[in-house]
Amino acid sequence: MYQAFLIKYAEIAIKGKNRYLFEDALIFRMKDALKKVDGIFHIRKEKGRIYVETEGEFDFDETVEALRHIFGIVGICPVIILEDRGFDALAEEVIRHIAAVYPQKNFTFKVEARRARKNYPLESMEINAQLGERILAAYPQLKVDVHNPDVRIHVEIRSQINLYSEIILGPGGMPVGTNGKAMLLLSGGIDSPVAGYMIAKRGVEIDAVYFHAPPYTSERAKQKVIDLAKIIARFSGSMRLHIVNFTDIQLYIYDQCPLEELTILMRRYMMRLAEHFARENKCLGLVTGESIGQVASQTMQSLAATNEVCTMPVYRPLIGFDKQEIVALSEKIGAYETSILPYEDCCTIFVAKHPVTKPNLNVIRKDEKKLEEKIDALMQAAIETTETVHISE
Amino acid sequence: MEVYLDNAATTRCSRRAIDLMEKVLLEDYGNPSSLHQMGMRAEQYIKEAKKKIAKTMKVEEKEIFFTSGGTESNNLAIIGTALANRRAGNHIITTAIEHASVAAPMEHLKELGFSVTYLKTDHNGMISRDELASAVCEETILASFIMINNEIGSVTPIAEAIEAIKEKNKNTLIHVDAIQAYGKYHIFPKRMGIDLLSASGHKIHAPKGIGFLYVKDKTKIKPLLYGGGQQRGLRSGTENVAGAAALGEAALECYENFDEKINHLYEIKEHFINGISKLDGAVVNGRSGREAAPHIVSVSLFGIRSEVMLHALEERGIYVSAGSACSSNKQSVSGTLRSIGLPQELLTSTIRFSFSADTTKEEIDYTLATVKQLLPFLRKFSRK
Repeated sequence: MYQAFLIKYAEIAIKGKNRYLFEDALIFRMKDALKKVDGIFHIRKEKGRIYVETEGEFDFDETVEALRHIFGIVGICPVIILEDRGFDALAEEVIRHIAAVYPQKNFTFKVEARRARKNYPLESMEINAQLGERILAAYPQLKVDVHNPDVRIHVEIRSQINLYSEIILGPGGMPVGTNGKAMLLLSGGIDSPVAGYMIAKRGVEIDAVYFHAPPYTSERAKQKVIDLAKIIARFSGSMRLHIVNFTDIQLYIYDQCPLEELTILMRRYMMRLAEHFARENKCLGLVTGESIGQVASQTMQSLAATNEVCTMPVYRPLIGFDKQEIVALSEKIGAYETSILPYEDCCTIFVAKHPVTKPNLNVIRKDEKKLEEKIDALMQAAIETTETVHISE
Repeated sequence: MEVYLDNAATTRCSRRAIDLMEKVLLEDYGNPSSLHQMGMRAEQYIKEAKKKIAKTMKVEEKEIFFTSGGTESNNLAIIGTALANRRAGNHIITTAIEHASVAAPMEHLKELGFSVTYLKTDHNGMISRDELASAVCEETILASFIMINNEIGSVTPIAEAIEAIKEKNKNTLIHVDAIQAYGKYHIFPKRMGIDLLSASGHKIHAPKGIGFLYVKDKTKIKPLLYGGGQQRGLRSGTENVAGAAALGEAALECYENFDEKINHLYEIKEHFINGISKLDGAVVNGRSGREAAPHIVSVSLFGIRSEVMLHALEERGIYVSAGSACSSNKQSVSGTLRSIGLPQELLTSTIRFSFSADTTKEEIDYTLATVKQLLPFLRKFSRK
């Protein structure tokens, strides 16, 4: 019964002279997402609105599902398009629509008419009043509430008539690609996919880097990260995932430096490698899932110690979040089930029983000197053997 | 070189089994319960498969019931007989080294009010006859034994155990989990006094998703699944005709040239044990030689976590299991390895190598050389 969708967006509308850039990016994302859905779709921009019009048969649920993952969209309204065959015919359609969409007739409503085509015989206010009367006559259980209705029945008189009343919530945010690109440090855990989601939500394109350590981590752990990247890609669009073999660097640090500092030192090298790939792929920052105090390597002192090696900004969107809040977001984006699969990641293999929680930067720098002999060659080898996987949803 | 040494987890399907399956799936795809000719033809495959399997154990065709595999066979045998014989008693005996598909139904029965005795084992995985005898009482309705342990390949002396039980209670039903044993041993339930016996298709080169349970005629047993009453009401659901046909064929095949294959397996195993025992800090668990199963070797490698060794071998094309495939994914410590008294540091350092009749000496040599080469490197970087 629906033939089109009206796409509502909020923040983009205030972007002044750049507005068309944001709208075009949104349309680009929508086209990309709808490619995978059965049906023919036309996307049309018209006076501050975006319409998705369909041609022939299409899968309603799949279409909504695809649109619901696009940042920048606040609401998706399924629209019925009617030929103008007089007011009586319109009223009948509206009544039929209410019958089909709202099985329980115990809500309050309001008709919101807009008369864009001014030669229509009734004015907006008249349409509101007369349609309201007809609806009440058909369903006497309903009540009108013009201030705070449960349902707003929108009737737009244009060359055709648009009828819609449902709004399906979109994810909000800004269209991906309108805010540059960042490199996400993706582990197999709960936090980093959420961090990627949050940065992508602000319109930032995402690439990701994953450090694996065979034979200490398994192929399954790597597959899990690929699966997580696919979940992020549902929102962020396709991305490149750089899979770095970190084993030799990790073992070298393990061999040369105090065990308590292993994690901090490892993270410093991960940041350096991530920054290398970030620069190579024109990213403007790094993204991590760190949150203050969550683990030993995320105390203020530890964060300072890892941050020291970065020249790019490091974005930590979860920095003030509690674990429970992160878990809730992880569940919301559909990553949680995958994140909790029990495969060991490279940070936990050789972890010390009591890692440092307040690393002293001077000590860290001094211990890092112990790695001077081979570390550059190992870093180079890690970069050269990195496998890049193209991830799309 | 790709070397598959995880045949206790699953095996490659045999060509003969596949050919037969294909014929069923493409040509004789009727429902065995249908009244028409297509149904009848499908039914013939089931009958034929039962006949082939029955012949390998010298039992009657009507005593073979197809299931979805080993887990279902074990569940049906244990829960089905416990519920059907509840009035005779509520005591069950089993061992501490059972597969999860026996241990978990036992725990379920405990919740239902049954009492279960778990027999401990010695360091070779052997139960004690005295302990068994003293556990049997008038209330004992069922005893369930794993014939070949899936993790260390120990052989439970079934005949001796049955004798000890029957001396004290001749009504106790005997279930044997023969999932690792069927196809590697001649098992004759009637001669040995076995009432129920579980087997799985994919351990003997048939596909996954098919297994059978031998149920001695007139054994009191209740179904787990209720429905159309197929397989004399014990296992409702349209039969997996293709799987059953394949299992019948695979069963027939693995008992052809039987001695030759088993001798080959023992030779391979001996060669492997000779090589691996020479390596520093390697301990072979359980008994050696013909006192243990021909296809399973459990090795503890001091100071190396089993998953790390597993993945290192995997990188070099060798596929093995850490402890037992079924418990390794959970990262929990295996009951069998605990029961044989493996010291704590070896519990998580144990690898299972399991062979098939197709395993070659060259593959074993390559594996031994690879393990030898990996040991010093992996030991250097163990957890401090």
